[in-house]
Amino acid sequence: MSETFILIPGRTSDQGCGISEGKFQEKYQREINSLQVAPGDMTKLGLVAGDRVRLTSESGQVEVSVVVAKAEELPQGMLFIAYGNISSQLMGGDTHGSGMPTSKGIDVELEVLRPSAN
Amino acid sequence: MSAQATAAVADPKADESLKVIQDATCTFCGCVCDDIDLTVKDNHIVEAKRACVLGKAWFLNHKTEDRPSCLVDGQPAPLEAGYDRAAQILVNGKYPIIYGLSDSPCEAQRVAVSIADWVNGTIDTTTSVCHGPSGMAFQGVGEVTCSLGEVINRGDMIIFWGSNPAESHPRHFTKYSLMPKGMFLPNGRKDRTCVLVDVRKTKSAKAADIFVQIKPRADFEGLWTLRALAKGVDLDPVIVKRDTGVELSLWQDLMARMKACKFGVIFFGMGLTMTRGKHANSEALLALTRDMNAFTRFVAKPNRGHGNVTGADNVVSWRTGYPFGVNHSRGYPRFNPGEYTTSDTLANGEADSGMTIACDPMANFSEPARRHLASIPYIALDTKETPTTRAAAVAFTVATYGIHTGGTVYRMDDVPIPLRPSCESPNPSDFEVLSQIERRVKKLVGITS
Repeated sequence: MSETFILIPGRTSDQGCGISEGKFQEKYQREINSLQVAPGDMTKLGLVAGDRVRLTSESGQVEVSVVVAKAEELPQGMLFIAYGNISSQLMGGDTHGSGMPTSKGIDVELEVLRPSAN
Repeated sequence: MSAQATAAVADPKADESLKVIQDATCTFCGCVCDDIDLTVKDNHIVEAKRACVLGKAWFLNHKTEDRPSCLVDGQPAPLEAGYDRAAQILVNGKYPIIYGLSDSPCEAQRVAVSIADWVNGTIDTTTSVCHGPSGMAFQGVGEVTCSLGEVINRGDMIIFWGSNPAESHPRHFTKYSLMPKGMFLPNGRKDRTCVLVDVRKTKSAKAADIFVQIKPRADFEGLWTLRALAKGVDLDPVIVKRDTGVELSLWQDLMARMKACKFGVIFFGMGLTMTRGKHANSEALLALTRDMNAFTRFVAKPNRGHGNVTGADNVVSWRTGYPFGVNHSRGYPRFNPGEYTTSDTLANGEADSGMTIACDPMANFSEPARRHLASIPYIALDTKETPTTRAAAVAFTVATYGIHTGGTVYRMDDVPIPLRPSCESPNPSDFEVLSQIERRVKKLVGITS
């Protein structure tokens, strides 16, 4: 089963602090590998925190763990992930004459992979 | 100014090994806060007074890495060997690119532009994947702007659009935009109205009086709705709601407030530039800002991310005439975003050699761009190990600007600020590495002056 979402990659405090601590350190890696999902979408998809999902965009595919977004921070139908190596794999190479790949507002298909050990 | 000149003993009776660097400059983000008091013990920063959470992470984690200053093909090598190989890579390329520079001081940026010129290469900065689209919009529309000091003293209506300073610029509210008491705003926050426009109710929403939650990818429509309302154009509430996700009445209320304020400021972020529309979104915002000056004083400022990305725009502009994405292959500078910008030169498979400075395209670029970068010889300068340094033919571990080395950076409002280093590093600065490479490049291309 897959559902269509709009993905917004962006900055977070932990991502910013993680850059200074080191990109191969646990804090940074955990932050950029965590997909925030709205509480309503978590319920709808039968997800609990830690479950793995696959995101597929026009340009790439990644697998990440989900966390519940804070109340009201995300509307249903929208996903958020901290900028980094994972989010960038979903960008296309085309910049539409601007130099900037479309890095926010990316259409993705979300597929639930398997439940976590919870 | 040297570290020694600004150092003062904190409490010599308590601990003579401590020294305090007053008014040090944090270069993590574009706020470039220059009021940080650093306490240093045994060449390591142990306290960063007044720094935000990002600033503390920046200062307290910057210890010298146990890594060679130079690696050639992944093996430790003398610096001289690295400089020689780097110069050969750049000179031998038919389409060399130089990219990054937003976390380097202006003095180093200047040398990087020179190298690009000597090798008929392309110089681009991380601006191209940050506010590059806004740079294009500045050229198309112009920029009605001001310094952050004017925001402190005059800004009674502060709008954040597609920007989340609570997480990206944590001291923005308290130091510049919301909390300070200004010359004409004696009550500080009480004298200001704050509006947040975003697709998400981010952590910045707590600081706002009004939150406008627009539809994803509807910034352009939202901005043009406001432009229409400013001009008194009648709009269909059904269409406005459909296209922006926001009731017309809310847009009308916002426009009434914007017209009624004395000094409005729109800080905008990458919610505009990274989303479909890109430079057209920034153009719409700058045009709205210009329009508002028919009614009151209004300015716009991009919230810039890296510590000296604004300096990179300035240095590349005063060296070449253009702010980023500049090609020298014909012997004179040409500017064309989408062609000479690094995402494109890599994803299109055009660059055949390169140098990255304080940036991480192997982690932050698209897959086609990464694949191509991995297939060509390139040099990487960074303070830490990154996916980009790991794949480089020549990798230099450099000292950290603002902590180990001095120089000049530009705050996001184009105000130059000096750095006050606090510690020493065994690694060379990026200015030093680039100067050594430039010297060899000039020799190889036959320039003797």
